[in-house]
Amino acid sequence: MSEEYKDQLPLSIWEEAQKELKNNNLTKKQEKEFFDKLIETYKSSRITPGESIGVITAESFGEPGTQMTLNIFHFAGVAELNVTLGLPRLIEIFDARKEASTPSMEIYLDKEYNKDINAAKRIAALIKETKFWELAQEFSINIAKLQVEVTLNKKNMRDLRITDQMLLKTLSESMKDTTVRQNKDDTIVLKPSKENTELKELYKLKEKAKETFIKGISGVTQVLPIKQNNEFVILTAGSNLKEVFKLKEVDKSRSTSNDIFEVLKALGIEAARQAIINEALKVIREQGLDVDIRHILFIADLMTASGTVKGITRSGITSDKESVLARASFETPIRHIIDASLLGEEDELTSVIENVIVNQPVPLGTGLPGLIARIKKPEAK
Amino acid sequence: MTDVYLNEKFIGSVDNPENFVKKIREERRRARVPTIVNIYYNSKVNEVYIDYSNGRARRPLIVVEDGKSKLSEFHIAQLENNEMTWDDLVQQGLIEYLDAAEEENSYVALKEEELTPEHTHLEISPVTIFGLITSLVPYSNFGQSSRLNRGSKTQKQALGMYASNYLMRMDTDVSLLHYPQTPLVRSFMHDLSSYDKHPAGQNVTVAIMSYRGYNMSDSIIINKGSIQRGLARSTFFRPYSIEELRYSGGLVDEIGIPDKEVKGYKSEHDYRFLEEDGIVYPEASLREDDVVIGKTSPPRFLGELEEFSIAANVRRESSSAIRHGEQGIVDFITITENEEGNKLVRVRLRDQRIPEVGDKFASRHGQKGIIGAIIPEQDMPFTASGVKPDLIFSPHSLPSRMTISHLIEALAGKVASLSGRYINATSFNAEPQEKLRKELLELGFRENGTEVMYNPITGEEMKARIYIGNMYYLKLKHMVANKLHSRASGRIQLLTRQPIEGRARGGGLRLGEMEKDCLVAHGASLLLKERFDSDKSVIHIDEETGDIAIVDRHGRRRAQKSSSANIGDVEVSYAFKLLLDELTAFGIYPKIKLKSKYH
Repeated sequence: MSEEYKDQLPLSIWEEAQKELKNNNLTKKQEKEFFDKLIETYKSSRITPGESIGVITAESFGEPGTQMTLNIFHFAGVAELNVTLGLPRLIEIFDARKEASTPSMEIYLDKEYNKDINAAKRIAALIKETKFWELAQEFSINIAKLQVEVTLNKKNMRDLRITDQMLLKTLSESMKDTTVRQNKDDTIVLKPSKENTELKELYKLKEKAKETFIKGISGVTQVLPIKQNNEFVILTAGSNLKEVFKLKEVDKSRSTSNDIFEVLKALGIEAARQAIINEALKVIREQGLDVDIRHILFIADLMTASGTVKGITRSGITSDKESVLARASFETPIRHIIDASLLGEEDELTSVIENVIVNQPVPLGTGLPGLIARIKKPEAK
Repeated sequence: MTDVYLNEKFIGSVDNPENFVKKIREERRRARVPTIVNIYYNSKVNEVYIDYSNGRARRPLIVVEDGKSKLSEFHIAQLENNEMTWDDLVQQGLIEYLDAAEEENSYVALKEEELTPEHTHLEISPVTIFGLITSLVPYSNFGQSSRLNRGSKTQKQALGMYASNYLMRMDTDVSLLHYPQTPLVRSFMHDLSSYDKHPAGQNVTVAIMSYRGYNMSDSIIINKGSIQRGLARSTFFRPYSIEELRYSGGLVDEIGIPDKEVKGYKSEHDYRFLEEDGIVYPEASLREDDVVIGKTSPPRFLGELEEFSIAANVRRESSSAIRHGEQGIVDFITITENEEGNKLVRVRLRDQRIPEVGDKFASRHGQKGIIGAIIPEQDMPFTASGVKPDLIFSPHSLPSRMTISHLIEALAGKVASLSGRYINATSFNAEPQEKLRKELLELGFRENGTEVMYNPITGEEMKARIYIGNMYYLKLKHMVANKLHSRASGRIQLLTRQPIEGRARGGGLRLGEMEKDCLVAHGASLLLKERFDSDKSVIHIDEETGDIAIVDRHGRRRAQKSSSANIGDVEVSYAFKLLLDELTAFGIYPKIKLKSKYH
């Protein structure tokens, strides 16, 4: 029966209404009354045509932005894991910067692993990017034998679950033109296969060895398993969502990154939109401010509408604007005008700023509607 | 091995830097190394810096050895008897000057009682951690440091006796306070800097209360009776000067009353105060646009004008007139010559400034505010003894700023005015509050400085006890008379036909980008258009080609490329027309397509 109202309401509201109808037995008349009232309420709470939602959104972010503290680092949890927050982070999100200043992930684990700290620690060790210097106590150059000798840090190796064999294997794979072997006293010796190596090259080899990638997921510099709502979650510094999703222990439906482009790559544009919303909300909540979620939804929609993430910058969404004058008035006017003249572009003067420039009423609010009046003929007396 | 730098140049290295530095310091104290030398060992980078170059800020400190000040009672007695001078103290190594670098190596005690064996130096007096002006703030050790900063900043803006020879000076933009007073609550720096000779404020009675809502948000209420008795009046001086310039070809400017034929002649009325020599007479009362010094200059482009213009060889008017929105009485005139030997005339005008709503005042504690209301004396609340405050200060200015020194000054000022003595309020070394309170009690007042006050309108006793005392208040140089500005219509720029900028030229008030956004956000589209149409103009558009057309002097409409009379009139901003012209100028061909808005 209520099918006829389906077109008049958004799906989510209609579905909710169906649920309510099931719980309450209404007569047909009552049901009609209910839907009439519902539709009326829905219609009256929509935004009026001609409301300048863009400017209102901008002002709704701009005003609280002035109150944000400039103390941009916030320590998340226990260790020295910090994240950029506050105004700089908000700018970063809305500008859609490719490189986030403090990328980090929140990795949830599957049910079998998320109750046990040791399992969480093991997975964390799998994720953490490990370089050779982290496993070494000392790097030294033996001038007499023309080789680099490395004393290992056994404790770190145990913690990161790396055996000598594993280490030797990865090292010999990644270090070309170098023979890698282990002495009896546990030191690792790196010797260039070329004869008569110069000291300078040996030094270079030493520096290169320090930065050699041993295991883990590249980009993840820190891991931190913490207990959150009765389960263990791994926080990371550095982000590489795509690689993390390859691990079978990870709960792919909940794990996320604060790097919007990572989310876009791993999960797609809808997820990126949600990530923008979540990240912006996080900043605003953390500062104890209150911005209506609809403003954030609007910005996120605007940024992702084209199918990729575009920032609110001259190279981002502003370049999508139809009007030449609107683009020119934002940034780099000469470039826009020259490009427009080369293409022979037309400006329909349909938006705000163009009309301010030519001093015409802007098509908003009182300037939007046209008035058609039916003039009565004067009655003949 | 530690590198040693002399005046930032590398000169060598030493093995034991600590010993080396210590040795040099000892030698300096024995005056075997010049006392202007400073040495600093930076243990982090392991380098020693020796410096005797010019331009380092240095300050004197008493040398301390083994937790004991080297300057003893004996030396002080010698100083008092003039048996010793400051230079002797420095030469004997009792006092030494440290620069910013060497200070990093020392551990300075603020007071002698605090000395421990680790200390290397002792402040001569705790006040010396402040500068000259900061130490003029009474009880500053009871206030918040950032407020102390502001307090010392506002003192520099106070009007007072800025120079004793002000009558003979031609300073721009200065004011002189009438009846300046020396503060009752003072620090020793007031005496040291002979503040009595150049005071910059007045002692007023301050009540801390809100009254009729006119002292909200840092504004203050002032008693009209006090103003009529001369409180915070000042004179504003403004010099006008003119020079008889020489031009090429033997042409010269001429100071005198311009002839009526002169190009740009104002009106006879404007020149009415000028005497035959073209200069106003002393004590003339001038208003806006009146000429102070009359002058004519030779025509600008002599050669060209001779050929074409009928009015060739006409001199230009170049007098100096009273600035827009100002007035004054001619106070002082000098006629002299400048370095190039040109005649130079300077006229100084004075203008009495009576405090009005909007003038800025401040106490010495960073508590500044603007007059919110001037209330007739009969409407000011009064105490049991009939005292009416000169000024009412809002209590809301206190909690968040924590300027306790402001409150203590009021209390101390009350004691000072009742007992007839100055109160020493030097930071760290002031008369203690307890003593002041006791004295106030003995004088027959409540010891906490509050008093019973009465409502002047109903005569009722006020329920709260009002804190009232005497404070030294400063009138600051920001007066509304110099800032007030409004405009309905006026001069426009030649290029854009938009209103010109700036108060001095009677410019418009800009409705900026963000203000515009507010109108957009409200959807007030037509208001926005009206606010921005100061440069509106009608342009003619050829509807066929989209070119700008013209109307010739016979009223005929003419288009560039088509002969059709299909030309529409469009109202746009002149700035947009200018944009189209500029685009045309660099080779872009803009066209305008017209469409009826009714279709």
